[in-house]
Amino acid sequence: MYRYDDFDRQLVAERTAQFRDQVARRISGELTEDQFKPLRLMNGVYLQLHAYMLRVAVPYGTLNGEQMRKLGYIARTYDKGYGHFTTRQNIQYNWPKLNEIPDALADLATVEMHAIQTSGNCIRNTTTDQYAGAAADEIEDPRPYCELIRQWSTFHPEFTYLPRKFKIAVTGSPNDRAAVRVHDIGLRMHKNAAGETGFEVTIGGGLGRTPFVGKTVRDFIGKNDLFSYLEAILRVYNRFGRRDNKYKARFKILVHEVGIDDIRQQVEEEWAKIKDGSLRVSDDEIAQYIAQFAPPAFEELQDNDPEFERRKQAHPDFAAWVRSNVIAHKQPGYAIANISLKPIGGIPGDATAAQMELVGDLADQYSFGDVRVTHEQNLVLPHVKKADLFSLWAELNGAQLATANLGFVTDIIACPGLDYCALATARSIPLSQRISERFGDLERQYDIGELKIKISGCINACGHHHVGHIGILGLDKRGKEFYQITLGGDASQDAAIGKIAGAGFSEAEVVDAIEALITRYIDIRTVGERFIDTYRRVGMDPFKEVLYGDR
Amino acid sequence: MSLQVVTANRLDDGLAVFMTADDGWSTDIRDAVCAKDAQQAEALMARADTQKQQVTVVGPYLIDVAQEDGVLVPTKYREVLRTLGPSVRTDLGYQAG
Repeated sequence: MYRYDDFDRQLVAERTAQFRDQVARRISGELTEDQFKPLRLMNGVYLQLHAYMLRVAVPYGTLNGEQMRKLGYIARTYDKGYGHFTTRQNIQYNWPKLNEIPDALADLATVEMHAIQTSGNCIRNTTTDQYAGAAADEIEDPRPYCELIRQWSTFHPEFTYLPRKFKIAVTGSPNDRAAVRVHDIGLRMHKNAAGETGFEVTIGGGLGRTPFVGKTVRDFIGKNDLFSYLEAILRVYNRFGRRDNKYKARFKILVHEVGIDDIRQQVEEEWAKIKDGSLRVSDDEIAQYIAQFAPPAFEELQDNDPEFERRKQAHPDFAAWVRSNVIAHKQPGYAIANISLKPIGGIPGDATAAQMELVGDLADQYSFGDVRVTHEQNLVLPHVKKADLFSLWAELNGAQLATANLGFVTDIIACPGLDYCALATARSIPLSQRISERFGDLERQYDIGELKIKISGCINACGHHHVGHIGILGLDKRGKEFYQITLGGDASQDAAIGKIAGAGFSEAEVVDAIEALITRYIDIRTVGERFIDTYRRVGMDPFKEVLYGDR
Repeated sequence: MSLQVVTANRLDDGLAVFMTADDGWSTDIRDAVCAKDAQQAEALMARADTQKQQVTVVGPYLIDVAQEDGVLVPTKYREVLRTLGPSVRTDLGYQAG
C-alpha cells in the first residue's frame, strides 16, 4: 500500500492549518458565507438539511486497518456514532460541527487521510475496482496508476477551477466493477496487438440529469504516455467546457455537443505538444509505484482447505455467506471476502463506529491490514485465507456485518436522499429499506439471482439509478414523493443507461411495482438468465404491461 | 398567501433554526416569528439577511407554514424533516428530544 512521503505529509498538514484559519475567520465574521463556501467545499464540507456534512476521501477505495479504525474514531468523536460509505468509495459524516471539523481533519491527517478532492470543481478522488490486486480476472493491479493520477491531479494548478467537477475511474480487469464508462474519463486496462499493457480511454460518460455512456477517444494509450494524455484531455475540457450554465458544464455535455471525433482531434493536437515533456512517466518510475502496491506475503497454500469445506457443510448460514459474498482470489488458498453494509431493512452504506473499528481489526488479523470500500457501498477484505473464512464470518456475524446478499436484490445502492441531503426531492433510504424487507428472505433472493436496484433521491443521480437493472428516481410531485422506474441500466463493461418505464408511482405503490416487475421476470426468464439478460431479450413491453396494464 | 417563517442553519453547528421575534434564532419552530403577508415576509427576510446575522446563521430563507392545533408546522415535507431529523433515524435530530 502507498505510504506518504514528506511532500504528501506537508501538503495535508498545510491544508489542514489553512482550513483551521479559514473556519476561525468565518466564525469571527471576517469571511462572509459567499467567501467561505468555496473554501469549505474544497475541504469536503457541505451544509445539508440538518447539519454540516464532512466527506472524507478514500483514494481508490483503499484503506489500512488503522485508517478504518480512525474513521470509526471520527464517527464516535465528532459525529453521532456512524458514517455513510458512498458511491464514490468515500465516507460521509452527517453531523460534524463546523468549529470541530479542523480537529477532525487533523486527526485524519495522523493516518494519512484528508478531505481533499471530495468536492468542488476539481478532479475528484479517483475510483477503481475494489478487488484490485486480488481479483483472479485482473490483468494488472490498477492502483499504482490511480496513485499516480492522485499525485498528478491533487492541487493541479491548471485544473483547480474547472467548469465543473471531473471524475476518473480505472479498471484493471475486463469485468468492470468500477463503472468506468459512466465517468468523465474511464480507463480500461488491456493489451494491444504487441502484447503491451495500456489503457482504453473513454470520455464523456456520466450520470446526473443528462446521462451518457462514455465514448472511446483512444483505444490504447501506453502507461508511459497516460499522464500527458490525461493532461491533454483536461486541457481541452478546461478550455472549451461551458461555464455559462452549471447544468451544461460537465465534460459529457461538451463531448456530446461537439462530437467525439472533434474532441479526439483537439485532444490529439494538444497531446502532440506535450507528450514528450515532463509528464512522460518512465518505466523506472512506474516500477516504483508498482512496488508500493506489491502483493502481501501470501503463503504457498493448496487452493482447497478441507476444514473450510467441513465448516460449510456444518453451518448453512456460513455456506450461504460464502456463496454470495466470497469471491475467487488470484492466489491459491485465499479468497476475497465482501462485507455487506446492506442488512435486511437497514440503511445502505451506513456503519457504526464500533463496526468500523471491528473491520479495521479484522483487516489486520485476516487480510494483511487491507480493506476496501466499494462503489456499491459495501466493504471488502481482499486477502483472506480460506482457512480463516469461518472465523472471520463468525466475528462479522456477531456485529451484524455478515448479511449474505452481495449482488442480490437487497444489495441496493441508495443515496442519502431527502433524509439528509439539501438537494434531494424525495427520500431514498426508506424505500430501499422497504424493498429490502419485502425481499429479505434469502432463498427468495437467491431464486431471483443477480439484480441491481439503485435508488436516487433526485435527478443528480448519486444513487446511480440510470445504471440500475431496476433504477428508481425519487421526485417531488406537488409536494408528494413519487418514484420513476427505469429498466435495463447497467454499470458493467456492458454499460447502458436505463429507459424510463412510464409514469411514476406513489410512495405507497412503488414497492408493489418492483415486486410486479420481478414476478414477471421470474415468469418469463429462461434458465440461467439474470433480470438484465431477460430485459435485453424481451425489451420493455412485458414489464410495462405488468406496471401499467392497459394504461 | 400562506403563513411564513424564516429558517436557516446555525453557523457553528449547522443545525436548522428559526428566527424569533427578537431577531434571535431557535431550534424550535414553535418559537418562530410568523409573517402573515408578503410585506411582513419581506421585512422578516431583511432582518434575517444582514451582515450581523451572518455571524450566527447561514443561508436564511422563507418557508411556508400552517397553524395546526395552535402550533406552526411547515407545509413542505422537506421542511418538516428539518424540524424533526432523518425519518430513518428517529433517535437523532430534534425528534429524539
